[in-house]
Amino acid sequence: MRKQALPDEILLSVDKPARYIGQEVNMTVKNLDEIDIRFCMCFPDVYEIGMSHLGIQILYDMFNQMQGVYCERVYSPWVDLDKIMREKNIPLFALETQDPIKDFNFLGITLQYEMCYTNVLQIIDLSQIPILSADRGEDDPFVVGGGPCSYNPEPIADFFDFFTLGEGEEIYSEVFEVYRKCRDEGLSRREILRKLSSISGVYVPSLYDVSYNNDGTIDAFIPKYEDVPQTIKKRIIMDLSNTYYPQKPLVPYIKATQDRVVLEIQRGCIRGCRFCQAGMIYRPVRERDVNYLKDMAVKMIENTGHEEISLSSLSSSDYSKLQELLTFLIDELKEKGVNISLPSLRVDSFSLDVMNKVQDIKKSSLTFAPEAGSQRLRNVINKGLTEEDIINGCSLAFKGGWNKVKLYFMLGLPTETEEDMKGIPELAEKIAEEYYRIPKEERIGKVAITVSTSFFIPKPFTPFQWSPMCTAEEFLNRAYIVNSHMKEMLNKKSMKYNWHEADVSLIEGFLARGDRKVSKAILNAYKSGCIYDAWGEFFDNQKWIQAISDAEIDVDFYTTRVRDLDEIFPWDFIDIGVTKNFLKREWENAKNEKVTPNCKVQCLGCGAATFEGGICFENKN
Amino acid sequence: MKIRIKFAKRGSLKFIGHLDVMRYFQKVIKRAKIDIAYSEGFSPHQKMSFAAPLGVGLNSEGEYVDIEVNSTTSSKEAVERLNQVSVEDIPILSYRLLPDNATKAMTLVCAADYRLDIRAGYEPIFDLKTAFTRFMEQESIVIVKETKKSQREVDLKPLILKYEAFDSYVCLQLVTGSVENLKPELVMDALYNFMNTELAPFTFQITRLEVYGKKSEEEDILIPLESFGEEIE
Repeated sequence: MRKQALPDEILLSVDKPARYIGQEVNMTVKNLDEIDIRFCMCFPDVYEIGMSHLGIQILYDMFNQMQGVYCERVYSPWVDLDKIMREKNIPLFALETQDPIKDFNFLGITLQYEMCYTNVLQIIDLSQIPILSADRGEDDPFVVGGGPCSYNPEPIADFFDFFTLGEGEEIYSEVFEVYRKCRDEGLSRREILRKLSSISGVYVPSLYDVSYNNDGTIDAFIPKYEDVPQTIKKRIIMDLSNTYYPQKPLVPYIKATQDRVVLEIQRGCIRGCRFCQAGMIYRPVRERDVNYLKDMAVKMIENTGHEEISLSSLSSSDYSKLQELLTFLIDELKEKGVNISLPSLRVDSFSLDVMNKVQDIKKSSLTFAPEAGSQRLRNVINKGLTEEDIINGCSLAFKGGWNKVKLYFMLGLPTETEEDMKGIPELAEKIAEEYYRIPKEERIGKVAITVSTSFFIPKPFTPFQWSPMCTAEEFLNRAYIVNSHMKEMLNKKSMKYNWHEADVSLIEGFLARGDRKVSKAILNAYKSGCIYDAWGEFFDNQKWIQAISDAEIDVDFYTTRVRDLDEIFPWDFIDIGVTKNFLKREWENAKNEKVTPNCKVQCLGCGAATFEGGICFENKN
Repeated sequence: MKIRIKFAKRGSLKFIGHLDVMRYFQKVIKRAKIDIAYSEGFSPHQKMSFAAPLGVGLNSEGEYVDIEVNSTTSSKEAVERLNQVSVEDIPILSYRLLPDNATKAMTLVCAADYRLDIRAGYEPIFDLKTAFTRFMEQESIVIVKETKKSQREVDLKPLILKYEAFDSYVCLQLVTGSVENLKPELVMDALYNFMNTELAPFTFQITRLEVYGKKSEEEDILIPLESFGEEIE
């Protein structure tokens, strides 16, 4: 029998014990005698969420193809097990071998959203590794971070030994090589980190000093030694059709959030929406070859037994061979009993035809993300979608039998006025009226329009990184304006309005643009019992407010403050290709309500061409 | 064609609940490329039904699932193919063709064999073997079964079809199924009660060894569910 880290008594007392036993289909088993690097990959949220993450599946597959490397996994223990592990002093373990993580060489944590930061501390702490990197000794694993939030690693810099910036496929073979060499030479932990810092894309926070101005802003960010790089450039792979992709992804026993094959068709986005961090940090757009994708889709379906496949990308409608790919999937897989779950596509006759083939119209709904209620504000945020697009799309869909529409907006965008807010229910009204323009006998029941708003949170590496954020009161006030105006609409009975929590948005904003001083607040919050902050039922605003005030930090400095154009931001030492000058230009364009064309229409010289590939070069041949 | 598959559930996989085992099998069948039949409708599903759900925490050497297929290979090849795509601790034990008019495994189930092992550290203060023999010498073993709505008295004795007690484990054959169903934990509860001690949770590791059905309406002979089918050459 395989090893089981937790005794039966514990596993039978917690919810969903299958979260902790591993042994999923396609799990990698290796002989430890042949392993000299043990890596534990972590998604700091519950198993069902973490198992749905494509990035980990890719790196897991890639690492385990390397000789001498064994990559295992860990996810956040749920609150019930968390309590038991603390009481009984049980060290956190990896799913594959069930061995304690503290005995590994690396603990790699993917940082997908800011609200997982206390879960990061939970993972490190339960692993019985010192929480602060400065307190770790020669026998402790290196704690390494990656993923979108590492583009501003400063708020969590104290907890990590190093970060890798960019796409993991690129960098890790070098990290392992340097690590092996250092170890053979008998170098100390500090010396190893120093060596790692010379790898392009590796950031070792402990090798830098930050000094501050009297007003709290950054004065300088300086490497401690001459051989340590001043800026860290992200690493990305340019040929996405000739790289690692898991042909045999793990298949969990319990239902994961993403219980299907995920086919990543491209990286990056041509659109350049000014609020969107993903749209900037993943530049330039790189497509995967359509034949490669067809082949992968069939193999992954065969190797997993999944009955559903979905496409993944930031904007699937922009994939140049989408039509060919979807036609293939429908022809090839539909009859094998495989469902095709569609990403949100631009609504046009092609996508409606595809939806008609793969979905039950009665159950499915149309999704639009206008993000802002008026054309003026949509110009500010550079969201290409026009009212005409939406109304025409809806009209086409209504005639095809659809009657459910979902609309997504943000409140608190820069320059937003009451008129913009009122534009939200007014757009819903126009859609409803469009529906009732269809002759009564052709309609299928009533139209149902769901309007959802989230609150705008300025993120690093976006043109809106200079923008102040609203206070929680202001956010709720704006939601109130939308809600009351909706009640004045003629077709108000066809509309439903949901809005996001304001408190948690504010903390997210605080963490997103935080500096090194913020780490103290995160540690305080964790120590006062905060974990699973991304889960509404566990987020405790009072504890966070207290934690921040105990750290003698003024939240407003990070959220509502107006930033100077020339301020040094905590993340400025990172080079994502896209330049600060381009972001500044876009910030100016936003204030002038000026739309800039997307990458396919015209190159705006954002800087991503430095990677010498992708869309930046395709159109120049 | 109707097929009956027998499988085991061992080791840590005892923590996978029944619904997840069902989902797991749907995927195993697809990976093994078994030519399973689908239901009609907008979202067709595999024609598949399980015999008797096994509680979380129990191991088994005799679980059954019936499927309907359009075509099939030999039993030997099907077992091999299924095992190639199964996890180590859910091995496929047999794959047999059922007569077309066969009763569903679920309906057929009327008894099951269990082995209950005392876990280390949970040894009782009494001698298990003698205690169990004395326990079974009672004329009746009446317990109060509590349901959400009511309480009723049940005599366990006629529901215990066979037993054999040893120093550290007990083997039981119990009435199982949708009409009458006796869980092995309940027998142990009654035993400890009879011995005037409390049964601590987790005392026994329970393994289901086999599931039985009646050979025919007329004869009162129990045979393992797999014996209702034939090997496909």
